[in-house]
Amino acid sequence: MATEAPAIVLDKVNKWYGAMHVLRDVTMNVAQKERVVVCGPSGSGKSTMIRCINRLETHQEGKIIVDGTELTDDLRALDTIRREVGMVFQSFNLFPHLTILENCTLAPISVRKMPKAEAEELAMDFLRKVKIPEQAKKFPGQLSGGQQQRVAIARALCMKPKIMLFDEPTSALDPEMIKEVLDTMVGLAESGMTMVCVTHEMGFARMVADRVVFMDRGEIVEQGTPTAMFETPQTDRLKLFLSQILRGH
Amino acid sequence: MSATTAGTQTPARAQPDANLPGPIAWAKANLFNGIFSSIVTLAIGAFVVWALYGLVQWAFINAIWWVPDTAAGKPDPTSCRLAHGVGACWAAIHDKWRFMLFGAYPYNEQWRAGICIALFLGLFYVSADRRFWNKNLATIWIGTLVVIFGLMWGGFLGLPYVPQDQWGGLPITLILATFGLALAFPLSVLVALGRRSTKLPAVKLICVAYVELIRGVPLIALLFMANVMLPLFLPDGVNFDKLLRAQVAFIIFAAAYLAEVVRGGLAALPKGQAEAADALGLNYWQKTLSITLPQALRLVIPPLVNTFIGFFKDTSLVLTIGILDMLTASKTAMADPVWQGVSTEIYVVLAIIYALFCYTMSSYSRSVERKLDVTKNR
Repeated sequence: MATEAPAIVLDKVNKWYGAMHVLRDVTMNVAQKERVVVCGPSGSGKSTMIRCINRLETHQEGKIIVDGTELTDDLRALDTIRREVGMVFQSFNLFPHLTILENCTLAPISVRKMPKAEAEELAMDFLRKVKIPEQAKKFPGQLSGGQQQRVAIARALCMKPKIMLFDEPTSALDPEMIKEVLDTMVGLAESGMTMVCVTHEMGFARMVADRVVFMDRGEIVEQGTPTAMFETPQTDRLKLFLSQILRGH
Repeated sequence: MSATTAGTQTPARAQPDANLPGPIAWAKANLFNGIFSSIVTLAIGAFVVWALYGLVQWAFINAIWWVPDTAAGKPDPTSCRLAHGVGACWAAIHDKWRFMLFGAYPYNEQWRAGICIALFLGLFYVSADRRFWNKNLATIWIGTLVVIFGLMWGGFLGLPYVPQDQWGGLPITLILATFGLALAFPLSVLVALGRRSTKLPAVKLICVAYVELIRGVPLIALLFMANVMLPLFLPDGVNFDKLLRAQVAFIIFAAAYLAEVVRGGLAALPKGQAEAADALGLNYWQKTLSITLPQALRLVIPPLVNTFIGFFKDTSLVLTIGILDMLTASKTAMADPVWQGVSTEIYVVLAIIYALFCYTMSSYSRSVERKLDVTKNR
């Protein structure tokens, strides 16, 4: 795969839930190693959009190409893409019946067919990177929210994905735990990972994002560098959104 | 109690203890706290004493444990008849227990059926112990079941052949329940998964139709169908035995009920679990076997065991098609003119045997729940 080809291409993507038009002609390219932050009011379609990228949601019109493979009903293409795309959820979604280590090794062992010892070593590497190797033998329910989310990041990284998707990774966390998760994400961004991140953390966006995409009512309203977006917003909708979230902080 | 209660800012202080003083204080606080409460306690206490007194009188003090033989070599029930209504006639059980347990199985060969019961109990014991939960367990099951059927049928190594229609009693109950549940359970899981399938509408339709049809029919009707109607559809000469037909009917019936229990567990799981598995690239069976199913089954242990216990007792319905399970064998034993009027005693013994099995199942399920809960606290 040539490095200059975009990691993700969304071309005029449309999606409906029944009569509700949730994605309207969404067109966006994400370059290799680019870090994109997607923001917007709730119900703007940003989560739906990111979930379409690894087909947790299906789109009805338009084209989505991830890592050179187009997303269709073809299951093999889907398997290939899901192997290369990691995802972190708002509600962590760790597997509560497995230990932290098992959470991290399950997919490498069963999907990548990695030997168990190697998978465990890899998992411990990533658990050290997210700074919780000592919790490896515990179960998710015994960890704090921030720790669980860091495990979720490590779990996704264990598949050695080329692209990481974050769907509001800090929205379910207590304020004092947000920083530890954001720090982990900053570290990941600095390592050169391609990232698409739905978040309201504007500080994080300023620090790591190459580009900020603002969505409202299912469409991309405005996009640009964090500085341009936050300091000289062009549209009224973005201005309104910024004033609302800044008041909240 | 749990490691998750982590309030460590102040030195730990013991909780003010409500049940510190001895049993007298406990009784005062819980049984005699006020006039009304005291009256109720005394009234219920008096009733319990009276009932227990009657029971002990009947079951032990006035009971006839043994009767002499008549000149003809048969037990002489005269003393039992005299004690009727006052004392239990355990002598009847003494005379009839082998028929209750083994039915019409040839008297001299009943040791074989006895060994089969012991093998079943051993099999349950081994299967309940998590240390044996490995690949060998399947081998142990198959081996034990082969031995059980070998012993029951005989016809080799000098063991006389015993046709299936002479089998009876507890082995029949255990065969029906063990095979019924062991085969119905995997089938029910498949049906539950099929019913939740979004990508295979035909499979889903078949599963829905299966569950709704079978649940809409009484088990007795299904047993009659297996017994009377099925042979009509089969070509001449092709016929498999009655017990097997009942067994198949039982499996089909149990699976429909269990499938709904399993489906309930699958539906109760947060959607995020399946999504996380999808996002990690797990395929359908990997996702189902390592993520959704283990969690779903944990959630439904209580209703699952509830259904198991129900079906263990429902095996007695084979009475309607003339298979001599434990209940039918015992009812037949009651028909003996010698022991006319002795039925309560036989029912009591039956109830105790059924209750022992069911209680074992329920207490085992509670212990499993407790063990699994340790890993789950979230």
